[in-house]
Amino acid sequence: MNTNPKPADQCRRFYGHGIPGIQLEQLTGRLIVVEGADGSGRSTQIARLVDWLETGGHPTVQVGLKRSTLVSSELEKAQEGNILSRTTLSLFYATDFADQLENIILPALKAGFIVLADRYIYTLMARDMVRGMDETWLKNLYGIAPEPDAVFYLSVEPEELVQRNLAKNATLDFWESGMDLGLSRDMFDSFIKYQTAIQAVFRRLQTTYAFNIVDANRSMDSVTKELRKKIGALLNGD
Amino acid sequence: MKTFAELNFPGRLIAVEGLDGSGKSTQIYLLKRWLEAEGIKVYFSEWNSSELVKSATSKGKKRELLTPTTFSLIHATDFGDRYERHLLPLLRAGYMVLCDRYIFTAFARDVVRGCPPEWVRGIYNFAAQPDLTIFFKADLEVSLNRILEGRPKLKFFEAGMDLELSNDPYESFRIFQGRILEQYMAMSGEFNFIVMDANLHVEKQQVAVRKLVGERIDLKQFKRRSPLPLPPPAPPDEKSIEMEEDSAA
Repeated sequence: MNTNPKPADQCRRFYGHGIPGIQLEQLTGRLIVVEGADGSGRSTQIARLVDWLETGGHPTVQVGLKRSTLVSSELEKAQEGNILSRTTLSLFYATDFADQLENIILPALKAGFIVLADRYIYTLMARDMVRGMDETWLKNLYGIAPEPDAVFYLSVEPEELVQRNLAKNATLDFWESGMDLGLSRDMFDSFIKYQTAIQAVFRRLQTTYAFNIVDANRSMDSVTKELRKKIGALLNGD
Repeated sequence: MKTFAELNFPGRLIAVEGLDGSGKSTQIYLLKRWLEAEGIKVYFSEWNSSELVKSATSKGKKRELLTPTTFSLIHATDFGDRYERHLLPLLRAGYMVLCDRYIFTAFARDVVRGCPPEWVRGIYNFAAQPDLTIFFKADLEVSLNRILEGRPKLKFFEAGMDLELSNDPYESFRIFQGRILEQYMAMSGEFNFIVMDANLHVEKQQVAVRKLVGERIDLKQFKRRSPLPLPPPAPPDEKSIEMEEDSAA
């Protein structure tokens, strides 16, 4: 299976002002994003996709949130204390994203790799929007991001997510439960309310960004099958 | 863009801007000393000084990891942290806040580095306009000479070496500062900069700065209601002991 280079009629574009000095037509690789809450099966699906793509002869690179050389450890530390204000947290995440964008994503796309992003700007925007940040401000901020070739949003009902998270960790993550928002003092309730709110924002963003919404309440295998089918079609230029 | 006064904050914010070597830091320091002596609630905040963000910024600078985009974003993060955790609450509490550099530094520098102006301005649009912005305008050569006199080792980003303007850091610094000055002058009217002649003698400038601040801001509104606790008394020296004896006599 060969990757067909991006056809000319599917010109790559940045969502906004982009990154200074980048020639879009040089970005011949593919950018595939998998979005979804913790417990939606994101990491498992990405690991399976990497196996499948590399076996098929496609070089891949993976990126994800809070993985930059520049700020990941500082961001982690600041988050532990829950002392950052929302604008600061938002800009810190944007810095983390920009660092990976310029140092990993863009060079890999230039080299013709398939970049698999474990979450992208949509999660960052959704989290901030739930916290009342201005959508126009966020769209300007993330105007540096190139539009991916495909975005898969793994959608799982909050009631199912809570079961999966508890089965895996026997606890719920502070941030994934939106505990900073004071929705409820009860973590279980807060998790359900927060994830419901996030999903509502994702559905709204979907109308702008045209994600593929994948029903991930199903078994891992059926989700894998659907992802392979869609990505296969993309790579073959169908 | 509204000022803090227009937004009905009880506090006021004064910002100083200018090139490196324009003498603005000395001037704002002397202004702070005066306001403190007048019993006014003052807080001073410096560009790029947030504890939380500092380690990332210095790592980025030391290892030369920063691109124009991440350079811009990390400074915005730093500003956001100071703005929301210090400046806003202090301005709500009726403080006079003095800023050594404000968002205009980013508007000038980041744009010279190649970031789109609308993008940079959009990021900082959560910040209100200072009630007074003083721009210290020295001749480019004067600023350059002040910095370069001692032939200091210029830091990579400080000299604008990331822009590849010249292989010589001193030459690069000159070109870089010249471009920043152009950006500042272009926005001067839009943001109501009060332009101060920074070629003047340092003490004359301070007289002008204090006069300006006194005219623009009703300082007595910002006095502390309760005095600051006094420092512990100094140990008595011989003279004061003598005087005590005198009065006892």
